[in-house]
Amino acid sequence: MPKRARKIRVSCEVNGDAASFEAYPMTRLLDVLREELKLTGTKEGCGEGECGACSIEMDGALVNSCLVPALQAQGVKIRTIEGLAIHGSLHAVQQAFITHGGAQCGICTPGMILAAVNLLARHSQPDDTQIREGLSGNLCRCTGYMKIFESVVAAVRRAETRA
Amino acid sequence: MQTRVIGKSVPRKEGREKVAGRARYVDDLSFPGMLHGVTVRSPAARGRIRATRFEGEIPWHEFTVVTAKDIPGKNCIALLIEDQPCLAAEFVNHPEEAIVLLAHHDRYLLEEARRCVRIEIEPMPAIFSIDDSLAREEIIWGQDNIFKSFHVEKGDVDGAWTGAAFVVEGTYETGAQEQLYIEPQGMIAQVSEAEGVTVWGSLQCPHYVHKALMVLFGLPRERIRVVQTETGGGFGGKEEYPSMIAAHAALLARKSGRPVKIIYDRAEDMVATTKRHPSRTRHRTAVDRDGKLLAMDIDFTVDGGAYETLSPVVLSRGTIHAAGPYACPNVRIRSRAVATNAPPHGAFRGFGAPQSVFALERHLDRVAEAVGIASDELRRRNFIHEGQTLAVGQVVKEKVDMNGLMGRAFELSGYHAKRKQFAAENSNARGAIKRGIGFASFLHGAGFTGSGEEYLASEVAMEAMADGTVHILAGSTEMGQGTNTIFAQIAAEALRLDCEQMKIIQPDTAYVPNSGPTVASRTAMIVGKLVETAGLGLLKLLTDGGFLRPGYTAADFSRACGEYVAKHGPLKSFVKYEHPRDLHWDDQKYSGDAYGAYAWALYVAEVSVDIRTAEVRVNDFVAVQEVGKVINPVLAAGQIEGGVAQGIGFALYENVVWQEGRMVNAQMTNYVMPTSVDLPAIRVYFEEIPYGRGPAGAKGIGELPLDGTAPAIANAIAHATGVDVRRIPITAESLLEMLEAVHA
Repeated sequence: MPKRARKIRVSCEVNGDAASFEAYPMTRLLDVLREELKLTGTKEGCGEGECGACSIEMDGALVNSCLVPALQAQGVKIRTIEGLAIHGSLHAVQQAFITHGGAQCGICTPGMILAAVNLLARHSQPDDTQIREGLSGNLCRCTGYMKIFESVVAAVRRAETRA
Repeated sequence: MQTRVIGKSVPRKEGREKVAGRARYVDDLSFPGMLHGVTVRSPAARGRIRATRFEGEIPWHEFTVVTAKDIPGKNCIALLIEDQPCLAAEFVNHPEEAIVLLAHHDRYLLEEARRCVRIEIEPMPAIFSIDDSLAREEIIWGQDNIFKSFHVEKGDVDGAWTGAAFVVEGTYETGAQEQLYIEPQGMIAQVSEAEGVTVWGSLQCPHYVHKALMVLFGLPRERIRVVQTETGGGFGGKEEYPSMIAAHAALLARKSGRPVKIIYDRAEDMVATTKRHPSRTRHRTAVDRDGKLLAMDIDFTVDGGAYETLSPVVLSRGTIHAAGPYACPNVRIRSRAVATNAPPHGAFRGFGAPQSVFALERHLDRVAEAVGIASDELRRRNFIHEGQTLAVGQVVKEKVDMNGLMGRAFELSGYHAKRKQFAAENSNARGAIKRGIGFASFLHGAGFTGSGEEYLASEVAMEAMADGTVHILAGSTEMGQGTNTIFAQIAAEALRLDCEQMKIIQPDTAYVPNSGPTVASRTAMIVGKLVETAGLGLLKLLTDGGFLRPGYTAADFSRACGEYVAKHGPLKSFVKYEHPRDLHWDDQKYSGDAYGAYAWALYVAEVSVDIRTAEVRVNDFVAVQEVGKVINPVLAAGQIEGGVAQGIGFALYENVVWQEGRMVNAQMTNYVMPTSVDLPAIRVYFEEIPYGRGPAGAKGIGELPLDGTAPAIANAIAHATGVDVRRIPITAESLLEMLEAVHA
């Protein structure tokens, strides 16, 4: 049986709170989030960075947490789906996904919503191509994406009317 | 009819939990003391098991090890029949067959241990194609490698050829397709003397799993409990295979005395679980000078893999749909499902129909070409109308209007103008981009076929609590398609209340009645009708008892429930399916009223093909369908859009590469499904002709879009390039070969 590396202690910020955990350096951040921190909103669809179900934000960048080793989380700011609603009030993108049918089975939804939020942080008024490209790392087998695009557009519209 | 909540896009019932990341899928659950389980599979496609050795530096004493010897009841996964073992004991018949199960608390160590189990197989000759199976040089299943065959006969086919102006023949093939729900399959099981066997998991049909576990454990009904957790997509892929995983987890739980969780990773899910049946269809069609169909002789074969599973039923639906929405006086359909040494193929949205409909709709374009008329004109001259009979002898009693659907779809897509424009551009221009537009017209029957619903005899219960909350109890599952929401709408409509007052009880065989499997486009139309009836039943109890008067408010209803419960105890309504007496089906002749109702559709695809790279892009897609009353427009459109996307994958991208019965491209990296940048705008339109026997007039919808998408695209590619497409998926590699053949 091969010898394992020793566990290391990692400190970071998760959804605005300080977090600290012990893990083997190459443990997937996805497993740390789900098993150590009990944040099961982040999903595993493929484990090889293709489907985007495990998307999270790390220091503002969208990453597949199945491809991030735990040691890379040292000192970073992480945002998962659980960190999106504020005091129980849904983010505009989450609300739009409910109203416009962006979520069906829901398994790609947390990653898809984070990808959409990340896109809107970079392009506040995305056009169709930007929306499609911004979400192209997140696979959805239920919706055919049309209602997801509509949800993103609706969230933008809602942000406009509020501004 | 003035409706209250039917026809409105009320938000998804469990939407808030899903967008907040709070919905609990099976892998999100964890029990104290829980072990993880893995499956050790056959290293060969067919052979005799010689020995099993546990090697390597693995602390084997820490592991729970299960083999066929540990099965307390019958070693099978009971479905239609009991041919598929739960764990292979002596022989293996496909390369993903499970032989040994392992459990341990450390999943990393477990994975290493799995690789250290050596299974020695004495190989036997295996077969991997429809032709090899039909050649019968090796008999791998039953007496003749045939799981099931059907013969449909209408009119006098043999007498029709001599009078024909044209006879057109063709062979068409479709490949396997992986369901590719984004949540891989998984189960947790717990077994105890006191509670019996309980499993929680990602599944479509709790009562299928329940039946399989009863047989495997030799336990009575009440000692087995199956609970559906939030399910991340199914598409048929979680119809029959979850019974296998539940069985494996339960065997490990029984032996270890601990809860055991088995979650497949993506690769295991792709290689081991079911896929859409590969198929081959042969058409021979007689038409008169004007393109009127005189005879259709159809021969349809599907590859069922190593065990029967659902192949007979898939074959049945494919057979019945093989002649399409056309009135042809003489039709013969012969079909069979054959055995090969691949993992069993199974349910996938459309269930045999996408295969035979692809063949027919591609073939009819070729028939039109032979006659020298437009392909839409050929369809128009043969569309079925109310009062005419389908191939299986069913007289159509619906107000079907295929011409109307065609007209609307053509107007929305600009079909006629583009057909001419593209043809002109393609012949003149020197450009490498060729454009084309094509369509498919089709129907899809809702509910179980023939006498199926009668045998199922589905049940639904409803209970109004003292505070007025209404509980809906059914075994029908939510897997993204919207069961929770439409059931709430249907019940709310019947009770004249709001959806918020309706509560869907989680499917759990200990509490919910068996409303049948969540398959076959039957949930809205068949089970939904039972929900509606149950709601009306509750209302009758309240009004007959004088607790409630017409014109009541939600508050009145709640008060009435409280009063009823105080006086009489639980306020419950229980409904069982009754088969309409005017629907007749002959299982022997395979003729009669195959389905209570059909959805009717016409889809138009516009494509461009780069003839240098053979890359195809779908530029526009118009889907027009008549599905009865639409219960929830956003959910219904979402069903069609998602189905069309899967159909585009089926047509162009999704290619299962086989090697000796094993899928070798079992990754999302090399098995390609459409992404957000691959799809056109999918434009969905509904015609609504209420169906008297559906809830508020609704028919089935779920499977429909898989039938017509691929042939519409294939016909568009043929229009763009002149290539006579006969097989899907039309990958760039295969199209390049065909283009070279055309231009050679």
